[in-house]
Amino acid sequence: MLKKPVPGHGKPCLEYARTTGRLEPVHVPPAGSVTLLHRRPAEHKALPALKVGDAVKSGQKITLYDDATGYVTAPVTGAIASLSPFEGNFGRHYTAITISVDPQDVPDEQFAAARSEATLSTASAFLAAAPGLPPLQDLGNADRPVKTLVVCGIDDDLLVFTQQHVLRARGHDIEKGIHLLKEMAGFEDVVILTPREAVQGYGHIGGRVMGVATTYPHMLPELVMAEVFGRVVPAGRTCVDLGFCFMRAEAVASIGAAFDTGRIPVTKMLTVIAKDGVGRLVETTVGTPIDVVLNHFGIALEEGDRLVLGGPMRGTAAYSPGQPVRPDTDAVMVMDAARAADVSDYPCINCGDCVRVCPARIQVNLLVCYLEAGKYQVAEEAYDLLSCVECGLCSYVCVSKIPILQYITLAKYELTRTRQAEGTNA
Amino acid sequence: MPNQKKLIVSHAPFWHNGSRVTDRSRQLLLGAAPAALFGIYQFGGPALGVLALAMASAVLWEFAFTRVARRPTSVGDGTAAVIGLLFGMLLPASAAWWVVVTGTFIAIVVGRQIYGGIGANPFNPVAVAIAILMLSWQRQMDFDIALVNFPFDFPALYPLSAVKAFGTQAIQHISMADLVLGRQIGGIGTTFGLGLIFGGVYLMLRGVIRWEISVSFLAGVAVTAFLFNLAHPAKYAPAGFHLLTGFTLIGAFFLATEDSSSPVNFIPMLIYGAVGGIITVLIRNIGAFPDGVVYAVLVINLIQPLLDKIRPKALGKVA
Repeated sequence: MLKKPVPGHGKPCLEYARTTGRLEPVHVPPAGSVTLLHRRPAEHKALPALKVGDAVKSGQKITLYDDATGYVTAPVTGAIASLSPFEGNFGRHYTAITISVDPQDVPDEQFAAARSEATLSTASAFLAAAPGLPPLQDLGNADRPVKTLVVCGIDDDLLVFTQQHVLRARGHDIEKGIHLLKEMAGFEDVVILTPREAVQGYGHIGGRVMGVATTYPHMLPELVMAEVFGRVVPAGRTCVDLGFCFMRAEAVASIGAAFDTGRIPVTKMLTVIAKDGVGRLVETTVGTPIDVVLNHFGIALEEGDRLVLGGPMRGTAAYSPGQPVRPDTDAVMVMDAARAADVSDYPCINCGDCVRVCPARIQVNLLVCYLEAGKYQVAEEAYDLLSCVECGLCSYVCVSKIPILQYITLAKYELTRTRQAEGTNA
Repeated sequence: MPNQKKLIVSHAPFWHNGSRVTDRSRQLLLGAAPAALFGIYQFGGPALGVLALAMASAVLWEFAFTRVARRPTSVGDGTAAVIGLLFGMLLPASAAWWVVVTGTFIAIVVGRQIYGGIGANPFNPVAVAIAILMLSWQRQMDFDIALVNFPFDFPALYPLSAVKAFGTQAIQHISMADLVLGRQIGGIGTTFGLGLIFGGVYLMLRGVIRWEISVSFLAGVAVTAFLFNLAHPAKYAPAGFHLLTGFTLIGAFFLATEDSSSPVNFIPMLIYGAVGGIITVLIRNIGAFPDGVVYAVLVINLIQPLLDKIRPKALGKVA
């Protein structure tokens, strides 16, 4: 996507990682305990319905609060070792549930009993926290019918090849999953996204196979919608609003495998990227602390390093290696202190690199002026803030090293918060 | 875990392509170097003196102003040195020291710092300084007067003044090869056409200047000059002459392309450059001054914010 200054010469394109041949994931067992993060509504006062010492079976659904809609799935058999508050990005509150692992694995039977009825409500009741994090909450809404299932067989960040591998290695589960989802949610069309030159070989899985350009950021949903489906997502709306549901290949495979075997899958596939940029494919239990995975490969963290959940362009930095692998953690990246991008408070010099690189055609040079001044409303109305697909290329090319993407995400967050406050007060 | 190593948390993206303001300044200095060095070769010691004083005083003004204004010192990014060099390149080699120092004061302080420093100037600082000097000290800036005591092995006649006063017969003896190879008088760094083109193309390829602006500026000059020449060949010089004399090349590659005062969208860049080229020839042919590049650059700087309103529709924008 990087546009070159003069045709035929200039900066290289950023290519997505591609897997070649057959990869064998390294299995990393959880060492002693796993941690699950249970989203907690802000201002929630009620005490958890669970206490330290309670026994859990693998695959058991854990609901912490009686009135909360979400749940987590215990990936191991064991006992609750601790419950502690956890603060996520943008003020999201979680309760971290740590389970000490019992060597004797006892599967929970609730799902096995319920699976005979292959419906969306069964899936929503048991599989919403399965590896790959299927967005089941978007389905089955009569006001907003979702007609097309898009199975992502390519990761949306650089260096990561988790979903590519899953699509290649778990064709059987994905086929089952697609079949089930079609029946359960009434999808009329199923599209499997793969890298453009790898479209052959997936036709039997049960969907149309469509290729995506292998340069960043063409895999982002909004761009896929525009370039593959020819549909433009209006600014501020989502793909679901247009009837498209994007799901990781791994999520589809989880659903397929769950109904097939009667056990909820508990292992997560992820790419572990070391400081040298080389990725390794890892399979580990959901909830395994990241340092356990890193220690397995002898990857040491030094003072000032960055630990990134996700890839280099869109990931989030973690402040502690004790954080767990979550159902949607497709990659873990360790960056050397000296190699991570720094930011500066230098002013915009109006070089225009961000404007040329923006896949959403936003006037980033003007937008960033308003964001720096905190004029979020103007930024939204006049400078296309909501058109941003959050690819991060503007920050990547910024000569002044302005944290543009950070300004944009902050602005979007602040706007949502203001709207919510206005809605409550009205 | 109290003895744990501390990690740094930051926002995505975690990669950067490594571009820096200092690098851009270095590239610009490099791009301007062939023409500047030729100027020193052609005009000798005085030219070296003017360029050195211009760069040094520009950097000092920048340093002094940022100290007085209690802003972080921005001398290190090299933009003041670039302004100093380009300013010096536009002066005649005989320019007095006080002209140079006043000029860099206007460029750095009046042209840039009072607006807030780098990236905030609405006009090209070099063009502002030269324009004010041209209005204030005409004799210092008149190349025929300024360079009268320099020995040249070619007729020492400022081509643009000659054609303005006497029509095209006065420039019959000047061949295109002479103009390209610097056998003409003018500003220190503006006579060597080949060096400026070489530096400009280099900067375009490196992506430091936006090629759309330079190309459309030159096209604007060429087309307008061609039409004038077509209408009145005895009075108005042909397109090639206008492209290679005066400040045209340095204007197209180094002045009009200044980041802060030029547009960033494709169509605005084309309009911006073309308007600059057209105004240049209009001032030269029917205006009051022999060369109009500096004023043309100021005029297009003025319309730049309006031009950048012409922009592509953002992804997902309704209506």
